[in-house]
Amino acid sequence: MKTTNRLLQCCVEGIGLWSPQLANFEALRTVLAGSTPEPPPPRPRPAATTLPANEGRRAPESVLLAVEVAGQAVAMSGRTATTLASVFASSQGDQAITDYMCATLAQIPTELSPTRFHNSVHNAAAGYWTIATECRAPSTAVCARHASFGAGLLEAVGQVLAEQRPVLLVCSDIRGSGPLLEATGCTQSFGCALVLAPQVSTTTLAQLQLTLTAAHPATSLPQPLSSWRDANPSAHALPLLALLARGHGHCLLDAAATLGLQIDLESLA
Amino acid sequence: MPVPMTPIAITAYTASSAIGHGLAAHLEALRQARSGLRPNDFSSAPLACWIGRVDGVEETALPAVHAIWECRNNRLAWVGLNQDGFLEQVQAARERYGAGRIALLLGTSTASIGATEEAYRRLNPDGGFADDMLRPAIHGPHSLAAFVTEALQLEGPCLTISTACSSSAKVFANAERMIRLGLVDAAVVGGVDSLCDSVLFGFNALELVSAEPCRPFDAARDGISIGEAAGFALLERVDAAPDAPRLLGYGEASDAYHMSTPHPDGVGAELALRDALLRAGLDAAQVDYINLHGTASLKNDEVEAALVNRVFPSSTRASSTKGFTGHTLGAAGIVEATVALLALEHGFIPGNLGGGTPDPLCGPSFAWRNEQQRVDVALSNSFGFGGNNACLAFSRAGFRA
Repeated sequence: MKTTNRLLQCCVEGIGLWSPQLANFEALRTVLAGSTPEPPPPRPRPAATTLPANEGRRAPESVLLAVEVAGQAVAMSGRTATTLASVFASSQGDQAITDYMCATLAQIPTELSPTRFHNSVHNAAAGYWTIATECRAPSTAVCARHASFGAGLLEAVGQVLAEQRPVLLVCSDIRGSGPLLEATGCTQSFGCALVLAPQVSTTTLAQLQLTLTAAHPATSLPQPLSSWRDANPSAHALPLLALLARGHGHCLLDAAATLGLQIDLESLA
Repeated sequence: MPVPMTPIAITAYTASSAIGHGLAAHLEALRQARSGLRPNDFSSAPLACWIGRVDGVEETALPAVHAIWECRNNRLAWVGLNQDGFLEQVQAARERYGAGRIALLLGTSTASIGATEEAYRRLNPDGGFADDMLRPAIHGPHSLAAFVTEALQLEGPCLTISTACSSSAKVFANAERMIRLGLVDAAVVGGVDSLCDSVLFGFNALELVSAEPCRPFDAARDGISIGEAAGFALLERVDAAPDAPRLLGYGEASDAYHMSTPHPDGVGAELALRDALLRAGLDAAQVDYINLHGTASLKNDEVEAALVNRVFPSSTRASSTKGFTGHTLGAAGIVEATVALLALEHGFIPGNLGGGTPDPLCGPSFAWRNEQQRVDVALSNSFGFGGNNACLAFSRAGFRA
């Protein structure tokens, strides 16, 4: 395959992370240091405090997860969300709503809930986020199965460089439910977010250099990260998150079925 | 603030919708003001509405090598790819640039959820998917792009954009950025959405579906008609095809207002429009035709008519073509980009079918009937749930802003 060696360079200013084991990015550092961090509260729904309380009650779990990690990353970056462009990636969207809709449609289709229907759009999280943060900047919602994070990262970095503006990238999938779970194999929730910027600044945590490559076997991960990655397509972000926690090195992600993304990281923090 | 962009050549394009397969069928139906809408004969339970159903999808099996991708949405994609020599044009581009140097960027709202619905309608006694439905790759929103990338044998960046009804407009922006950054030399863009219970009963639950054929911008409009469609375009640098029509600009913006209702002042729509004009280096008065989002929902049409009135002179002609195709949701962006490109190519402005009693809100720009005139610049508006807005600007080859 003919590939490009074009180097893409951008800066990370904020990192958000949430799973049943990890309340934030700091918890991943703790895991990688060999300890067990304090998990989020049991039977968790992410707090997603960026949403007003009434919206938080109305929002489906997929939105809470995406907004939680987006809020963490933006807070760490010190930027205001109002002017940030955003890319929301998710392999499956809200699997609980898909399960509900397909089950209802198979039985009493005329009783489908209008709210759950409009919450079923893949850009629901982007919608709730831009409404809650009064953000009129471009937002998008994308997917590429297990390559959703890599492909979403490529899209976000493309926006950062082409438009010379900071961009929020979110990649999240909630746990599957019902008969659909057998098809998605997504057995636990995982979400992460990055605030990416074109220039080095006082808030830069790390600088990324990305190159498209031919498809590669993905970077190997220690346990328990490896199992987490197997349990959720969005957790394919873990090699980069582990790299960010370590502060240097490189990793390979899938950007598509036949395309890899090599990332070299240099810490500035 | 966006800066003017280098135009991109559109070297091939095609669409298949309720008004026919391919460009010639679309032009013919538009010229004859012939709607493709029919009484609903699709949903798994009765629902009194009209739909834009594509003929022949049921009979179009995928080639055996692609059998794991079988479902209505991918069949519709295959119908679409086989029109207007599109497959051959992509093959030629693949030979010219290499499979890894062409991006595939497709929009869809619900992809093959119709197959997931079917799996739920005939679960095994143990509650699991039947064996023939246990094909994980079709039970998710990337099903379409994953199938098409395999069918076109592409190996470059491959991404699904799913922002409801703006999905397959936004793909043009993704493609322009990738070409500008030198990540690829060409991009296949487009979108496919197919009829399914989710959207028919979902929009019905929101009370947005008309019992009659939809009437965009009509005073008595009372909701949308849902349609299905497939459309594709091949984008390359202008020096590769100096005589091809061009993508001059695009704009994207968020309403930050409501999940399923547009901003009452059209704030996000206007931001997207102004962003597109800036990138294209155009004044509003240079726009000859706008293919409007015009869904025939009460609110959308009210907001969009006001936007046309306040931005454009009467020499800019405007119409919705959803009275022909129905609202094809995630495919609407590419279908209506195709209509805009046909307007450029044939000097033809399609009339706003279904607007027999124009809403008094509509100003003098509205083209209620077909008009013949040279079209140098055409826009296409696409707005989606979540307040997601996109606007595309196209021109004839050689047009200078």
